[in-house]
Amino acid sequence: MLAIYQRELRSYFTGFVGYVFAAFILLFGGIYTMVINLSNGITNFEYVLGNMSFVFIIAVPVLTMRVLAEERKQKTDLLLYSLPRSMTAIVLGKYFAMLTVFAVPMGVMAVYPILLSMYGEINMAVAYSAILGFFLMGAVLIAIGMLVSSFCDNQAIAAAVCFVIILINFFISDLASFVSAEAAASLGALTILVFVVALIVRYLTASNLAAGVVAILGVAALLIAYGIDKTMFEGLFAAILSSVSVFDRFYSFTDGVFDLGAIVYFLSVIALMVFYTVQSMERRRWGE
Amino acid sequence: MIEVKHLTKKYGDHKAVSDLNFRIENGEIYGFLGPNGAGKTTTMNMMTGCLSATEGSVTIDGLDIFEDATKAKKKIGYLPELPPLYQDMTPEEYLRFVARAKGVKGPDVEKQIDHAMKVTGTHGVKNRLIRNLSKGYKQRVGIAQALLGDPEIIILDEPTVGLDPKQIIEIRELIKELGKDHTVILSSHILSEVQEVCSRIMIISKGRLVANDTPDNLEKRMRGDFRLELVARATKGEAEEILASLEGIRELEITPRGGTVEIGLTTEDNLDITEGVFFAFAEAKKPILEMRPIRSSLEDIFLELTGNKEEVAFRRDSHRVGGKEEA
Repeated sequence: MLAIYQRELRSYFTGFVGYVFAAFILLFGGIYTMVINLSNGITNFEYVLGNMSFVFIIAVPVLTMRVLAEERKQKTDLLLYSLPRSMTAIVLGKYFAMLTVFAVPMGVMAVYPILLSMYGEINMAVAYSAILGFFLMGAVLIAIGMLVSSFCDNQAIAAAVCFVIILINFFISDLASFVSAEAAASLGALTILVFVVALIVRYLTASNLAAGVVAILGVAALLIAYGIDKTMFEGLFAAILSSVSVFDRFYSFTDGVFDLGAIVYFLSVIALMVFYTVQSMERRRWGE
Repeated sequence: MIEVKHLTKKYGDHKAVSDLNFRIENGEIYGFLGPNGAGKTTTMNMMTGCLSATEGSVTIDGLDIFEDATKAKKKIGYLPELPPLYQDMTPEEYLRFVARAKGVKGPDVEKQIDHAMKVTGTHGVKNRLIRNLSKGYKQRVGIAQALLGDPEIIILDEPTVGLDPKQIIEIRELIKELGKDHTVILSSHILSEVQEVCSRIMIISKGRLVANDTPDNLEKRMRGDFRLELVARATKGEAEEILASLEGIRELEITPRGGTVEIGLTTEDNLDITEGVFFAFAEAKKPILEMRPIRSSLEDIFLELTGNKEEVAFRRDSHRVGGKEEA
């Protein structure tokens, strides 16, 4: 794992991707610190992070697009498959390398509250919990980007798909307010969701049976629940939409709340994404 | 020792590899021969654990390549069809990465890199970016990579494809050198290469193993009739008379051409009558201008076994008449 980690980290900084990524985050961090803290004299550093969270929409695809897609394109993935190492170790090595690249601008930005405190009162606890929240949110999005990259053998496509996913995630809680709150509409939307999940199962397991079982059980469960208590479905889909928003979880940190639930949520999503990436790589071993 | 049992790979309904069974003994150079698309790469990817088998198993010294993947893979060094090189590294950095990723530790890392570079002759380019290396050097770095971790078995997929003739000869020499202390398996669609380098040949066609033997045995097994072609200064009648005194000729055709005759003959029981023919013509004071014995080559065997019958028939017609086919 260490060898993979070091090679990956090194390649980010021998090429330009690592520098572009770090510079991009530092650029917006600098602009918002300038505007919010220095020009307007507001002492809440967490507002800076809250306002700049959109940088991930661009920065994360740049960082993650090539991580596995490029291995596949250059056929170096055969080397990874032939190594006497578990796929989990290889994927984790790559993931931690990306987290380290991300930690570089975050390390620089972690100095800002200290600098600012020389000129005014800063709530350090809130500022640093927001930095932690910001880092974990980024870590979640990087894990999602890595999974997307494992599906693709073209890094441009990986970047585009990752961009769209993060963009939707960014706006999803706003979108949720437009969704019809009617029970029937929720049922319809959830049924579609079940089929999407079934398709993903089909892709990961290559088994029509497993996908069919998931689809049938899911739809049956929805219909039974709908029959028992229709009111349960009112506004349910909108609620589900906002609950998958990674950004919403982070905003509680900028509101000054150290949200332990959000941290558990972030860590679980990371674990899930890493697990799916390993599955996706293992599935490739089966050949298409 | 590698043991391959009932190895099968299906893509949908298409069987890329079908029920392969063979055993790789230590200390020999095996040649995996077959036309393009015969399933060589698929088989090699499965033997190295890079591709899952639909059915069957591959065991290395009793360790299953999928069940005991970590231990089994340590015994194998693999060079895939395209060398898996990171273009933005130098050979030295790349080899250091691979050595450590294979779990080589401490001072062994530098020792093994040094050895691998010495064997493959890549010392001179160790500080250049891999992307700037020639194809031959890229291939060498790929082979050096396979040597790291000190595996007992080296598997090379089409190691000479795309190289120029000088590089091909160098890589072949290198493979022979490797064969001295490793078991080597290489694939190729070039027969002369396998014939020159390998001590055993496995011919694969349409996903099936159709032959597995030493080059000599394969040739012996396939050697059909002995055939002699000659040109002599004589008339058709004279030639017939001279040859009538010899025994064992099964088929004979004589074509007059100007003042000479072209003679093609096959004998029974693989009998070599070259000398007999020479003395018979010498006694009759009819000079032989040209004479050549023809045996079926490995190329014929290859074509026949891989099912290119039409081409075989064509080749036979071109230098042989009425030669009986033996499989």
